[in-house]
Amino acid sequence: MAKAPADLNQLHGQFGPHLNYTPPGGWQAESHREDEKLIKTHCCFCGQQCGIQLKVRDNRVTGFEPWEDFPFNRGMLCPKGVKRYLQGSHPDRLLAPLMRSDTGFRPATWDEALDFTARRLRELQEKYGPDSVAVYGGASLTTEKAYLVGKFARVALRTRHIDYNGRLCMVSAGTAYKGALGVDRAPNPWSDIPKAEVVMVIGANIGECAPITTDYIWRARDNGAKLIVADPRFTPIARNADLYLPVRPGTDLALLMGMLHVIIRDGLTDREFIDANTTGFEKTEESVAPWTPGRAAEVSGVAPEAIEKVAHLVGESRRAMFLHARGLEHHSKGVENCEAVVAIALATGNIGREGAGPVMVTGQGNGQGGREHGQKCDQLPGQRSLTDPAARAHVAGVWGISPDELPQPGYTAVEIMNAIHAGEIKGLLSICFNPLVSLPEAAFTREALEKLEFFGVIDFFLSETAAHADVVLAGSLQEEEEGVTASLEARVIHIQKAVDPPGDARRDSEIICDLARRLGRGEFFPFQEPREIFEELRLASRGGLADYYGITYEKIDAQKGVFWPCPTLEHPGTPRLFEGGRFFHPDGKARFMSLTWRESGDPVDADFPIYLTTGRVVSQYLSGTQTRRIGALVDQYPEPKLELHPRLAAQYGIATGDWVRITSRRSEMTLQAMVVRTIRPDTVFIPYHWPDRRSANRLTHRTLDPRSKIPEYKVSACRIEKSAASAGDF
Amino acid sequence: MFGMEFYVDPSRCIGCQSCLKACEECDTHRGVSMINFDFVDREETIATAAYVCWHCDNPTCAQVCPADAIKKYEDGIVGSSLKPRCIACSNCVLACPFGIPKLVQQSEQMMKCDMCYDRTSVGKRPMCATVCPSQALAYVTPETIAANRREKPVNTFWFGNQKITTKVYMMAPADVTEVAIDVADYVWEGDHELVPQAF
Repeated sequence: MAKAPADLNQLHGQFGPHLNYTPPGGWQAESHREDEKLIKTHCCFCGQQCGIQLKVRDNRVTGFEPWEDFPFNRGMLCPKGVKRYLQGSHPDRLLAPLMRSDTGFRPATWDEALDFTARRLRELQEKYGPDSVAVYGGASLTTEKAYLVGKFARVALRTRHIDYNGRLCMVSAGTAYKGALGVDRAPNPWSDIPKAEVVMVIGANIGECAPITTDYIWRARDNGAKLIVADPRFTPIARNADLYLPVRPGTDLALLMGMLHVIIRDGLTDREFIDANTTGFEKTEESVAPWTPGRAAEVSGVAPEAIEKVAHLVGESRRAMFLHARGLEHHSKGVENCEAVVAIALATGNIGREGAGPVMVTGQGNGQGGREHGQKCDQLPGQRSLTDPAARAHVAGVWGISPDELPQPGYTAVEIMNAIHAGEIKGLLSICFNPLVSLPEAAFTREALEKLEFFGVIDFFLSETAAHADVVLAGSLQEEEEGVTASLEARVIHIQKAVDPPGDARRDSEIICDLARRLGRGEFFPFQEPREIFEELRLASRGGLADYYGITYEKIDAQKGVFWPCPTLEHPGTPRLFEGGRFFHPDGKARFMSLTWRESGDPVDADFPIYLTTGRVVSQYLSGTQTRRIGALVDQYPEPKLELHPRLAAQYGIATGDWVRITSRRSEMTLQAMVVRTIRPDTVFIPYHWPDRRSANRLTHRTLDPRSKIPEYKVSACRIEKSAASAGDF
Repeated sequence: MFGMEFYVDPSRCIGCQSCLKACEECDTHRGVSMINFDFVDREETIATAAYVCWHCDNPTCAQVCPADAIKKYEDGIVGSSLKPRCIACSNCVLACPFGIPKLVQQSEQMMKCDMCYDRTSVGKRPMCATVCPSQALAYVTPETIAANRREKPVNTFWFGNQKITTKVYMMAPADVTEVAIDVADYVWEGDHELVPQAF
């Protein structure tokens, strides 16, 4: 039974989160010592994967030094990057495997923990069938680890059910780009942004969630570009927007269809490009015909004049770029939202050229690389489809198994949790995923976890989810194992190993290979070093969309990153896709789609009249497993607050600092108010990085986009009322 | 670092506070941040501003120091107080027109931005300007700023008839040459210098 130990205070006392403020040895010791190593590597956090140099002494990361020669960030770092080095020597770090005991967790030997894990997985599969166990992976893993997790699920465990936390991040854009353009990747390198004449940012809080990208946007403005920001909140980059569009949560599609309507009505389309390089324009044309600026304005809350203006700014430019992120994707029509952005780019011919194109701002550290090589429920390495017989044959050949042995696609991340809740899936092995904080409707997730007959976790800290585990295998931080990641530009970069895992903790890949051996499949997992995994991955991806065959660790170091596809060792890589209007579908053409308006899955009504949207703050990362343990980052924004407009606050008699109970159709929570003029008056905002009583995902709903299966985090319905006091931590 | 100057542009600031976090990693004052950071008025606006010491040509902090503890070096950098001399009286904290110096309780002395003396003196850029994701804090050549920015650098400030010139530049709209926000700087009383905008 995967219930968390009863005494959470004891658990928190033992495993944190505690706050670490100081480097190993304290602030003073470090500054006077010489002979340290500087390791050129990358930040472990967001999809920008900034270059950074880690200071290392005595097998401990003691600090950082900016890496000014790395071209993406040229030394720049956000506060998370500056303080990321405080994790390795953190007092909460798991130093040995843990087994559940009567009162909590006890340290175990690796043999005991691994034998137990393999035995329980095998027992469940024998009793309930191979698909009764599932694997969760994560997009903060290196590409080697992500590849290994996918292969482990399909070859060692032989289950259909493998998916990852990128399901909560990028998949709407991925589905839209794959369908419209034939490949799931941002088409332009970030160096194109300063060359654009028009930059439209929609559903992307760049300043807080992709801080370094701010510099690219400011440079575009320095060069005279117009900046358009569409968001329910006046985000930090909106301070310099030429046009700010206060779109109502869940209505981006109306705004985008209104723009397309004007672009077509006023003859701002690039007919020559459409005729030569695309198909299906009439489908989009028909979809947007009823979406006059007046109708789009009524739905989206953006003025008709502003819709006309933005359509003309974009339509009259030959160098327009579109940056979009979770604000567009986290919707039950997330794929349509992204398809609409792509359609605007295609209709105006703004794609496949310098300074012109739509780009998704991938969120997670290896959000790009982690979704390319077999961790997604329906994909094989190289961004190949698991249902394509040729792809199955190729990958099975590399792996030395019969294509018939490869399972068919299984459930997506939220569907796996649903199947656990329904009793269909009995066992779960999870790495790099904290679903108790990150999945919608946290109470449902907790109920599901408690139903598991076996729950194994590989992690370096005891996350809120890991507290439910039967066994926790002490794994490695990013800087403790070599590998590659692909940044949001699809630039494949080299993660250097800076230190060994501390204590008895082990490298993640070593743990996975060891488990595979104990499941009797060791012959398919002979890897001693990540480099050997990468060599196999090169072959497995060869000829696929995300072709890594021409990439080596040495080439990455020499070129400071290689953009995939890179099909041969002589190939320099591909920073910009679709040049000359050549798209990745077999006919070489891009596809316009039918766009259909739908209401959100949790509509506002008389009982729940306020829109709730959730997101991030600059000082925290995802579910906070890592960043809620770093003192300087916690101090910057210690607790989630409820952002609301003075007009809404006045209606309920709420002032900044007052406690407010927020109730949705799922649950309620109580937070302190932060009254700000920088949010729509009909909307409230809560950042989501915290667990338990402070978890925004208590309130969110489990409606999924029917194609991408992403949850609708960005719009729920709620009501608010002033409350006497906090309701406590748990 | 030869040929580089420091430029502050609050209009680029996104409030991420990377500068604050990075400053305390600097070797001369580890664990203590010397950045001055403000939310201008969070209820009304998203606007934030991060500042370093302006390193005045004729530093008010040094003028008012009764212990002669604040030194300006040959390269124009005004240092933190000298520990053996500083009497922690806070004269400088009160007198600085920019509000920069801080009395650090744990060491009982005034500390402030020394432009990462340990870094700039060996050819590195200051920590804050190196990491700043929006380049609201920038340490580059005057040529780079002139070629790339819409705003123009200004280093003359007025504070109620006190004219101050600084080593660090503020980025201002192209038609502004000196920054004055006090009406006194525009009022003619016959005997003192006025900001050029007053004419």
